[in-house]
Amino acid sequence: MAAAIRLDRVSAGYDGTPVLHDITLSIEPGERVGIIGRSGAGKSTLLTTIYRRYPECTALIPQASALVGNLSVFHNVFMGCLDRHSTLYNLRTLVWPPAGEIAAVARVLEAVGLEEKLFAKAGELSGGQQQRTSVARAMLNARPIVLGDEPVSALDRVQAGDVLRVLSERHETKIFAMHDIRLALEHTDRIILLEGGRILLDEPSTHLSYERLLPHFEGEPQ
Amino acid sequence: MRRSGFLTYGSATRIFVLAAIVALPFADLTVSALHPGAEFRRLLAGVLSPAFSAIEIWSVVWTVAFAVLGVAAGGTAGLILALFFDRSRLVRLAAAFLRSVHELFWALLLLQITGLSPVTGILAIALPYSGIFAKVFAELFEEADKSAETVLPHRTSALSRFAFARFPVVAQQLKTYTLYRLECGLRSTLVLGFVGLPTIGFHLESYFKEGHYAEAAALLATFYVLIGTRRLWARPWTVPVLALASLLVLPEASGNGSTWSNLARFFGHDIIPAPLRSGSLWQSESWRALGAWAWRITAHQIAPGTVQTLILAQIALVAAGALALLLYPMVSRRFLGQIGHYLGRAMLVVTRSTPEYMLAYLLLQLMGPSMLPAIIALSLHNGAIIGYLLGRQADQLPLRVDAPAGANLYFYQTTPSLYGQFLAYLLYRWELILRESAIFGILGVKTLGYYVDAAISELRLDTAALLIVGVAILSMSVDTLSRNLRRRLRIEALPVRLSADHRVSSPRATEAYEPAHARQPIV
Repeated sequence: MAAAIRLDRVSAGYDGTPVLHDITLSIEPGERVGIIGRSGAGKSTLLTTIYRRYPECTALIPQASALVGNLSVFHNVFMGCLDRHSTLYNLRTLVWPPAGEIAAVARVLEAVGLEEKLFAKAGELSGGQQQRTSVARAMLNARPIVLGDEPVSALDRVQAGDVLRVLSERHETKIFAMHDIRLALEHTDRIILLEGGRILLDEPSTHLSYERLLPHFEGEPQ
Repeated sequence: MRRSGFLTYGSATRIFVLAAIVALPFADLTVSALHPGAEFRRLLAGVLSPAFSAIEIWSVVWTVAFAVLGVAAGGTAGLILALFFDRSRLVRLAAAFLRSVHELFWALLLLQITGLSPVTGILAIALPYSGIFAKVFAELFEEADKSAETVLPHRTSALSRFAFARFPVVAQQLKTYTLYRLECGLRSTLVLGFVGLPTIGFHLESYFKEGHYAEAAALLATFYVLIGTRRLWARPWTVPVLALASLLVLPEASGNGSTWSNLARFFGHDIIPAPLRSGSLWQSESWRALGAWAWRITAHQIAPGTVQTLILAQIALVAAGALALLLYPMVSRRFLGQIGHYLGRAMLVVTRSTPEYMLAYLLLQLMGPSMLPAIIALSLHNGAIIGYLLGRQADQLPLRVDAPAGANLYFYQTTPSLYGQFLAYLLYRWELILRESAIFGILGVKTLGYYVDAAISELRLDTAALLIVGVAILSMSVDTLSRNLRRRLRIEALPVRLSADHRVSSPRATEAYEPAHARQPIV
């Protein structure tokens, strides 16, 4: 079976400052991968790099929810499937949403527990609600690979677990950047530990433990 | 930190002040009216007993109608131009040219094509405003949060991208700015009356000329009320109603022939340089004549006109700056408490609603022809606006608990803290003052506008067109110079637009303006 993602000695950075060095990585379809590491290790850069290289088959949940505050939750989620319709249909939906689209968006919102906010202004939601809107947008996008950059950082443990589960059901391959070691161990099958822009460790979650990973997060709250 | 090359706040100030002092002996500052004092007393008496019964109500209606339609057309065109602003050099150049030619010059040219008609009034506003809108809208798009756009699915069409992830992000700011521009549009439309369009200015001109100050005061008071209540009647949902109503009430054209034949004559004959009209394009003789023609105009009209325009603008700029520094403590709560706050509001409303051109015209009637009325009008208008903006910023400065008061506060705390912002405002207004200085030529000061007006009244439109291109190049150069200076002084990121300092009523609008405040450096 062909790999879903394959990076071969990839380096990346911003404004001439290198962030990732020589990353070689292969992720198979169906995998649940957790990318962990302290802040600044290159987790976001790695996800963005994958997103740019595989634009056709990935949906991104960015760290900052990246919503349009002036539009409703419905419209923000609908943005996940703008490429599936004609421009005319999209413009019409902006002004006067068809019932079918409302139902489809309501379904994904229900999965993240936000159905009652369907027509609330995105800018007026709490941080956690905005994050779930961003998750719902990726779910509606329904690409086979989902890239979540701290997708549940603003949610409590129970909600976080629920959201990660529905994301896993919806997308074939899951890659989550996370800072919560326990959550990562619980909800992924494979852990990639980044440090200073390099892969320090890449093992199945079952081979790892909280105690073994903790030293790599020295000085950061867990 | 402030040092960049040799240019500091201090040296920039000295250069500008020195240039104004050098310019002073070349400026005509005489008061030639025989009894300016007596005339001024008659003016005051008129202001105190305004004759509201004499108001020409249709001139007020048409002022609003022209402004609404002109700003609507300019805003629409500007929005379309803004979409291509960062991609097309041609669009940037076109926008720069459109806004560098004053609405009065556009009106003078359009009068030759569309005559005394609503189209002239609307286009004279729409053309320069589309250039201004294009630039400001493009800046707003540029500064906007683009994070939602980056997450959109790969193959989303450009229009869908714009409609979902770009436009809604800045919609609030576009709306605020457009409605603010309507206020400027009203002022510009009033001034169009001075060249013959049936707006408020048309009646003001004759009232001022004949000394009917009571009638003028009433008409002007109506205009102030119109501007002062703009927030009540110009709201997003009233705009379609206003536009439709404006279309219905437009006056009939008192035309001179058909627009199409005028248009053909204008481009086919009138603005083609005279030496090329008669001679064949294949003869070197006609081209030599063209060179001589262009040289004659440059040497005898553009050069002296440019010098006078620069002299007027330089003196007015420095006077406006001095006035602003003098005025800002008077409108600041830090110095005059609540009184200062109300004084500031009043000053802002009056100066913002009084068109500089009208003020210069009035002063010219009182004092007689010279450069002095133009200098006073320009420095009052701009000095008051900058003074108001500085006063508001002085109120927002974080001060330590044991900060000094009075003169010590002024010289040791607020003025040094605000000086970069002061220079940013002043340098930004430089180009506006220059454009206005050129226009004041129509009133008789020998700036570039004087030669444009003379050429048009003699129906030498080819000369007028060349002169207007000269004005455009001059104001674009000053704009570029001003931007370079602001960059070298490291004040290019400070807010400069009057609209960006509006008192904001809703929390949403406050949020929209936060980035501008956040960009202010800690001095």
